[in-house]
Amino acid sequence: MNRDEALVLIKNVLTDVVPGADAAVLSQDENFRDHLEMDSLDFLNFIEALSERTGLALPETDYPALNTLDGCADYVASRSSVE
Amino acid sequence: MADFTMPSLGADMDEGTLVEWLVGPGDTVTKGDVVAVVETAKSTIEVECFDSGTVGALLVDPGTTVPVGTRMAVINTETEPPAAVPAPATPSAKQPTAPASELQAVPGRTTTGGGDTVSTPLVRHLAERKGIDLSSVHGSGKGGRITRSDVEHAPADGPHRVKASPLARRMAQSSGIDLSALRGTGQGGTIRADDVRAATAGPPARTVESHAQARPSSATAEPAYPARAAIAALMSRANREIPHYYLSTKIDLAAAMAWMRDRNADRPVAERLVPAALLLKSVALAARQVPELNGYWKDEAFVPSHTVRLGVAVSLRGGGLVAPALTDADTMPLPELMATLKGLVSRARGGRLRASETADPTLTVTNLGDQGVETVFGVIYPPQVALVGLGRVIEQPVAVNGMLTVHPTVTATLSADHRASDGATGARFLTSIDRLLQRPEEL
Repeated sequence: MNRDEALVLIKNVLTDVVPGADAAVLSQDENFRDHLEMDSLDFLNFIEALSERTGLALPETDYPALNTLDGCADYVASRSSVE
Repeated sequence: MADFTMPSLGADMDEGTLVEWLVGPGDTVTKGDVVAVVETAKSTIEVECFDSGTVGALLVDPGTTVPVGTRMAVINTETEPPAAVPAPATPSAKQPTAPASELQAVPGRTTTGGGDTVSTPLVRHLAERKGIDLSSVHGSGKGGRITRSDVEHAPADGPHRVKASPLARRMAQSSGIDLSALRGTGQGGTIRADDVRAATAGPPARTVESHAQARPSSATAEPAYPARAAIAALMSRANREIPHYYLSTKIDLAAAMAWMRDRNADRPVAERLVPAALLLKSVALAARQVPELNGYWKDEAFVPSHTVRLGVAVSLRGGGLVAPALTDADTMPLPELMATLKGLVSRARGGRLRASETADPTLTVTNLGDQGVETVFGVIYPPQVALVGLGRVIEQPVAVNGMLTVHPTVTATLSADHRASDGATGARFLTSIDRLLQRPEEL
C-alpha cells in the first residue's frame, strides 16, 4: 500500500468510527484525537478498525505516532511495504 | 395474556415516543427480544419484551407519544388461547410506574411531523449523513419500512432535499415542523436553527412544554433541546433536594498503568484494555465494600442495592448525555467489562441502547477524563445517593519512599448525599478505590 492509498483508507476508517466526522477538513499534521474529540474508546475503535483493514498489529507503544493523518499514513505505508 | 407497556427508561422519563414496532400481530416473541424502538427526550432506545408468546394487537401507532406505563401492545402468552383484541386503552388510565409524576402528559400526542415514513435511528442517521430526505425514499421493507439498503441506494441530494443545518433539522423534527414549509435565511437559502425557532415562536415547542413550568422563565431564554430540558429538570431536582457533600483524592496509577501496558503488549487490539476499564472495575468493587453509597434514596430512607449496576455517563456527539448501566460490574471479569463498556458506549452514541441497559443504575461514574480536566465534581443522579467523578490520567510529581518522581495519576472525587452517608463513609469509599488500583492484577 502506498502512502496515498493509506491516507484514503485512514480517512475512511475515521469516518466510520466517528459518526459525523469530516476527514476532509482535517489538516494532515493536526492531532485528530483532539480535533474530533475522540476519547480513549473512540481511539481504540479507530486502532481496531485500522488494524483489521491493514493487517498490522499496531502495538500500544506506537499509539503516539498514530495521532495525525501524516503520522498514520507514514506508519501504514512504511510497514505495509515491507510485506 | 400480558401487556407490553411504555417502560420507564430512567428516573427522568415521564413519557416516550414510539418510533417503530419491530414486530407485528401474530409474530412469536421470546422474553428479551427487542420489539420496539422508543425515543425519550434524551435518546433512542431499543425496548425488549418481558414475556414470551405471540404478539396480539398493537395499540399505539409509531410517532405517538405516551406516558410511562401506557399499554402499547398485548402479548398472548403461550399457554393461553388467543384473547380477543381489547379496545385500545386510554393512555392516561394507567400510569403505575411513573415516578411521582407531577407533570400531566397529554395522551396520544404526536411529535413527528407530516410523513409516516417509519425508519430506525440507524437509517435516519445514515440518511442525515448522506443528505437524503427520508420522505423521498421508497421503503422496500416490511410495511413500507425504509431499510438501510434503501438509503444506501437512494440518490443523494434528491430534488426534494431541503437545505438545513443539522441543528435546524433536529429542532424541526422534535417540534413537528415541516422544514419544506420554512424559508431559510442562511447561505443559499439554508434553513438555520433561528428560522425554526421563529416558526415555533407562537406555541412553545411541543416536546419541551411539559418542562416549561418547571424551568424558570426568562425573556431571553432560548428554547432548550429536549435533551437539555430533561437533564436540566433532573439536575435541578438533584440540587434542590439532595444535600451534597464533596470529597476528592489523588490516586497514583503507576502500578495500574504498568500492569495494563504489560498485559496489552502481546494482545490483539480487540482484547486490549483502556484505563477506564480498570477505574470502573475498582469503583464497582469499592461500591460493594462500602454499600452505604450503592443504592437509592426512597421514601425518606436509604435502600441499599444487593448488586452493583454502575451507571456510566456517556457524552453524546452533538450534546447531551446518557448514563447506561454496566450490570454486575463488580463481579464481571475485566475483559468482559471492557467489551461491555465498548458496546455500551458505541450503542449510546449510535442511539441504539437497550432498555435493560438504561434501567436504574445504583451508582454513577462520570469520566470526563479524555476531555482534559483534572477534576470533576458531579451532581448526583436521583434517586441514587452518590456520584463518582474521574479526571484525566496525567503525569504528576509524587513522593515515593521519600523520593520525588513522576507517575501517572488520576483525581477521583465523590459527590454524596448527606442524608444517606457522612464524609467518613465517603472517605472510606475513595480509599478503597485507591487500594484496589494499587493491585491491578486482582481486579
